[in-house]
Amino acid sequence: MSDKHRNAILHPNRRQALAMMGMVGATGLVMPGILGRDKAYAAPPSAPKGQVIIGFSQEPTVFNPHMLHIEVDEGIHFSVFDPLFNVDPEGKFTPALAVEVPTVENGGISADGLNWKVKLRDGVKWHDGKPFTADDVKFTLDLVVDKDFRSARRAGHDQVRDIKVVSPTEITWRMEKPYAPYASILAATFIVPKHILEPEKDRNTALFNNAPVGTGPFKWVERVAGDHIELAANTDYYGDGPYLERVIYKYIPDLTVLYTQFKTGDIDVTGLQWITPDHYDEAKALEGKEVQVVPGATVESVTFNMEKPQFKDPAVRQALYYALDKTTIIDALYYGLPAPTETYMPQQSFYFNTDLPKHEFDIEKAKKLLDDAGWKPGEDGIRAKDGVRLSFTNSTTAGNHIREQVQQFMQQSFKDIGVEMTISNLPPAVMWGEYWMQSKFDSVVVGINFLTGADPDSSDYFLSTSINAKGGAGQNTSQYSSPEVDKLLGEGGRVFVPEERKKAYLKIQEIIRNDLPLLPIFQYATVRGRKKGMTGFAPNVNNRIDSWNVGTWYWEQA
Amino acid sequence: MTRYILNRLGQSLVLLVLVSMIGFAVLNLAPGGPLSQFALTPGMTQADLDRISAQMGLDRPLVVQYADWFWRLLRGDWGRSFRDSRPVLDVIGGHFGATLLLMGTATVISVTIGTWVGIKGATKRYSIFDYAATVGAMVALSIPTFWFGLVAIYIFSLKLGWLPAGNMYTIGNGSFLDYAIHLIMPAMVLALVDVAVWSRYMRTATLDVINQDFVRTARAKGMTPRRVLMKHVVGNALLPMITLAGLQVPTLLGGALVTETVFTWPGMGRLFLDSLGYQDYPVVMGLLMFSAILVLLSNLAADLLTAFVDPRIRLT
Repeated sequence: MSDKHRNAILHPNRRQALAMMGMVGATGLVMPGILGRDKAYAAPPSAPKGQVIIGFSQEPTVFNPHMLHIEVDEGIHFSVFDPLFNVDPEGKFTPALAVEVPTVENGGISADGLNWKVKLRDGVKWHDGKPFTADDVKFTLDLVVDKDFRSARRAGHDQVRDIKVVSPTEITWRMEKPYAPYASILAATFIVPKHILEPEKDRNTALFNNAPVGTGPFKWVERVAGDHIELAANTDYYGDGPYLERVIYKYIPDLTVLYTQFKTGDIDVTGLQWITPDHYDEAKALEGKEVQVVPGATVESVTFNMEKPQFKDPAVRQALYYALDKTTIIDALYYGLPAPTETYMPQQSFYFNTDLPKHEFDIEKAKKLLDDAGWKPGEDGIRAKDGVRLSFTNSTTAGNHIREQVQQFMQQSFKDIGVEMTISNLPPAVMWGEYWMQSKFDSVVVGINFLTGADPDSSDYFLSTSINAKGGAGQNTSQYSSPEVDKLLGEGGRVFVPEERKKAYLKIQEIIRNDLPLLPIFQYATVRGRKKGMTGFAPNVNNRIDSWNVGTWYWEQA
Repeated sequence: MTRYILNRLGQSLVLLVLVSMIGFAVLNLAPGGPLSQFALTPGMTQADLDRISAQMGLDRPLVVQYADWFWRLLRGDWGRSFRDSRPVLDVIGGHFGATLLLMGTATVISVTIGTWVGIKGATKRYSIFDYAATVGAMVALSIPTFWFGLVAIYIFSLKLGWLPAGNMYTIGNGSFLDYAIHLIMPAMVLALVDVAVWSRYMRTATLDVINQDFVRTARAKGMTPRRVLMKHVVGNALLPMITLAGLQVPTLLGGALVTETVFTWPGMGRLFLDSLGYQDYPVVMGLLMFSAILVLLSNLAADLLTAFVDPRIRLT
């Protein structure tokens, strides 16, 4: 990442601009490139102008933002709909349909965290001209927990009680228990129109789902199945933008072809899954294109199943961490793009712990640790203790070639310390089905985004009651269980002031780094490209999609 | 004749039911399921997945699911896609036009060129042209379509800039010329293999006819070689080609599977790959039945046509 890839995160009329610049300086969370600007930006056009074509390697097909969907679908959701408030690249909330973001400080959330009050923007219209009111918000919050609806997320929403529409511009509710991450969940909860969806008998198959009507910067025009989706500027938009007449999401099923069409100019911006790392060197030299390495929130790790006898001894997990040659994995297999990490928390997060001990690759230390812990090599050179052989399988999605190479590499280094790892990969549908959810694996290589949107809460992954294999509900598939982490996660979820919450999450990261239920390898970074002149593109580690702010994109005037 | 057609249709129906049973079973026996891809969705729990699975009727025994699907099909309801919840026939219909355009163009190209090359190769046997055509056909048959497609894109789009790198049309344009320009490369790539196949068959068929007695007689009575070729040889040599054409329809669909991905062509081949990937059972089953019907009908049509043009054949 270098400064020559100037980033167009800000433009003069965005209110957040100054605040963000201040924060970048203050917190030191410098996203490379943001400040490397050396010429003034042209102002956006006064009326929407031109179009942008964004390429996706998967086809968006789910346009009701609350139905089960995949990442690319959110490109459409962010363009057509609005949540009550958004998350900016620094993790701060900015109001959208709400007039202000509710906090304990401004009285939007009661001191005990139980009562919420949201004031809504007046005069906002749905794309069909009907007024947006608090009834729509109530309808949305009811819909996501409706048991007949194929809802993508109930967790969090299921704690909301007594939703009251006080006036068309005010809504209140009560939470079953104080739950700070709910603000982040709301930031990803797009409000849908009551007047269209309520009369539908079956909301899973409503016409709306294929012709969405929102309040967002762009209106739905049409979908040519298997090819593209066209959106047009909503000239009545209440917020900043839109500055483009048309946004087109083009489906290009093959990543090589996606890159080719970026080179030929058939697409202006590479969306999910972006440019493959092996093309980075070539891409950054392309004439008339801006190519940038952007960090994502996903962390790649070797995750252990803590209930397997091989992994019960902390010395084993530590020894394996010493024997993990991260640098070579990142440089040789991932073209040096991702950043090595010691924790599950993205480095851009306000809650990231910078003081964790640095990983060392040291085969001798690894051996000594195992020797000291009483793991003695057997006749075949594999260590064992009390009848447990240090031999285990490692699984990941079959067909992910880079990961398969990582596994072979690990296999070699682990063998050097007398540990046998066999590779047993499975097709995606099997790998992430029961095998993963019910903790039937020994160890896996997996990339996970541990957070709840922008919120540092990772209860789903580390709380001892989130273990499916033990009757819990969640994603704690490593079956990690620590009373202290449980307690801290509880505290962190109840406290609403970021500076106070931070203490809990710093401590949790320290404990996880020490216990090593997972060996963190790196935080993902991907290569994104766009045509020169496309302004407004702002990588946001808190969202899964680049076009989260497409409403403020525009073509720089020549 | 009517009786024969009814018989064949009856057999086809039985075959279709068998195809649907096997297809349904294989699809559902594949591990995972339509919902496993959502396991890593943030905030998703096993209980939520189970509830949705029950709503979609995926928790019922396989036999019940099949019976339900079949019963609906009989009443004309092909079900709805798991992905975008549109009716399956709409989904397929939305992709059929693109495939038909690509397939149709590729077929016209391959039949025209293939027939010409085949006849020329047979009449000028062991000439340089014949050897070149033979070697060319072997090479074309051995090259995977996707590789040939990528090479074509590299040369004609990236290096020369003559043709678009893919897509069916420029978004916002859609004129006839725009479609035509976009069609050239994928149609040629798709046609290439079939030119090879057609020319080989045509060459053999022509050689068969050329050495027959009636051709010698025609020559003996003083007909010009050209008239002999056009009047006696080609007509007879084309007969077996009708059957071949019937068999070629499904391979064209299969070839389009890869070509459509490389050229970002929004057709049925890609729809099939995507639906398989997402385990969108209703659409996969719909496409399976659709192609099965297509195969059976084109075979029947080929047989009827052969009988129609060749008075020696009587269907009973």
